[in-house]
Amino acid sequence: MEATGELAKPGNLSGVRHIILVLSGKGGVGKSTISTELALALRHEGKKVGILDVDLCGPSIPRMLQAQGRAVHQCDSGWVPVFVDQEQSISLMSVGFLLERPDEAVVWRGPKKSALIKQFVSDVAWGELDYLVVDTPPGTSDEHMAAVEALRPYRPLGALVVTTPQAVSVGDVRRELTFCRKTGLQVMGVVENMSGFACPHCAECTNIFSRGGGEELARLAGVPFLGSVPLDPELSRSLEEGRDFIQEFPKSPAFPALASIAREVLNATPALLS
Amino acid sequence: MGTWQHLFLCGGLLLRGGGRIPAPLGRSRSLVCRRQLSGADSENLKQRRTQIMSRGLPKQKPIEGVKQVIVVASGKGGVGKSTTAVNLALALSANDSSKAIGLLDVDVYGPSIPKMMNLKGNPELSQNNLMRPLFNYGIACMSMGFLVEETAPVVWRGLMVMSAIEKLLRQVDWGQLDYLVVDMPPGTGDVQLSVSQNIPISGAVIVSTPQDIALMDAHKGAEMFRKVHVPVLGLVQNMSVFQCPNCKHKTHIFGADGAKKLAQTLDLDVLGEIPLYPSIRETSDTGQPVVFSQPESDEAKAYLRIAMEVVRRLPPPPE
Repeated sequence: MEATGELAKPGNLSGVRHIILVLSGKGGVGKSTISTELALALRHEGKKVGILDVDLCGPSIPRMLQAQGRAVHQCDSGWVPVFVDQEQSISLMSVGFLLERPDEAVVWRGPKKSALIKQFVSDVAWGELDYLVVDTPPGTSDEHMAAVEALRPYRPLGALVVTTPQAVSVGDVRRELTFCRKTGLQVMGVVENMSGFACPHCAECTNIFSRGGGEELARLAGVPFLGSVPLDPELSRSLEEGRDFIQEFPKSPAFPALASIAREVLNATPALLS
Repeated sequence: MGTWQHLFLCGGLLLRGGGRIPAPLGRSRSLVCRRQLSGADSENLKQRRTQIMSRGLPKQKPIEGVKQVIVVASGKGGVGKSTTAVNLALALSANDSSKAIGLLDVDVYGPSIPKMMNLKGNPELSQNNLMRPLFNYGIACMSMGFLVEETAPVVWRGLMVMSAIEKLLRQVDWGQLDYLVVDMPPGTGDVQLSVSQNIPISGAVIVSTPQDIALMDAHKGAEMFRKVHVPVLGLVQNMSVFQCPNCKHKTHIFGADGAKKLAQTLDLDVLGEIPLYPSIRETSDTGQPVVFSQPESDEAKAYLRIAMEVVRRLPPPPE
């Protein structure tokens, strides 16, 4: 099922110009949050974006984009990804849409997970996209290997690595960077999430999860540091209520960080700048 | 298998006797089969089927020397499973110093226990080729982190992970332990299945933050334990609230009371709440867990209370 490139088989990723994998060795650092926000930010710059959620055990993205319970339809070229907005500029595929109940647990062993991820890559009719953001689960396991193997024949992949500043996270993310090197994934940069909390009352900034770990890690690993995103309670609240964060909270302390990360991503893909 | 063949033969004979039947063969055959099955036959069949289906599954065998196993899990990553597991183990020891406690880290992809317990190095082997756990603060610890380099990723497929878990469970010289606290990885996959199918688990503690996204995954985690028949002792709500050190204003960064609502939905108890204390993170990062380094603090007291609640809900220890 490798794409030879000659005959553009419909339903595969031939129409996708850039694929970004959002990775982290550590759980709970905000991969899904950053993936969603990055997709929204790229859309605001006028790009057509798709999100592929390969976190089969904990598919968070349908909830964040208020798309739970939507049905996945079939077309001639395969499965149709769910469009989460009216203008159809963001499409999403997640195992969350295939479950009967939203709280149903996916308790599968590796081979079944790998098979489903291969199907997500080859059998979903993504169509013409500028960017495909792939949200992964924590770790370096079956899902990651299946995703990298299935996506390898397509456009050059870039990996965005997310961490929180604390040492325990940085330790796990160092492993993830080694994984990227070993699998030949180009690391676009490191994003430090939950970097500082500004008290809404007195504006005193407390480094709940420490600080500087992400920048230090990027320096040691020789990869670009894309920015720090501070902890913003409004962010988690708006994501839970499925509101368009970038549109509604331009004054949030996290907004400048996210917008600048999106600009870095666009700068790193010069083929699109016309 | 023999029983089925017998039935099909019977069915075949009867059909031949009955002449050509235009109805779909399958249906008529199954109708005939049903008439053939007596009460005793169907019971035998069910037993046979269960026997055959479970042939490939591992047998549940208790770990030598370990009285009770407490699993700390969550569907979601980053909610504080390792932090809770470490401080729970220390709290169990602090509450009752006569108990021997062990801590097993089965998060093969992101083992945090070595860092949090300030332990490094390869485990020694005992006389019978078992790995000796590393000790600190009175707790016996074993983790994947002791077996791989700090920066080396563990890029393994499910099958290899299963055999590694088998080693971590069976080939460690735990000695005599009253409680073994097991720190699980995030998700609901190979590791969780391997652990629950291989050893009898006395109880599971589910950790979650109040955030909806985390609760969804915690719900899946709880359902997974139900599927594999592991009793869930209750929920711990972590990172519940943050108090600004400057103005003392309380902010619910990750939401409020979400875990309490989930506990109600799942008919579980909330074992305790742990606010976002920067000191918990600081002490974890430096390898001096808060229950050990600041035993009189509010943070430590929260964990001590949770340990008490866990012990209260465990079944009485065997023998």
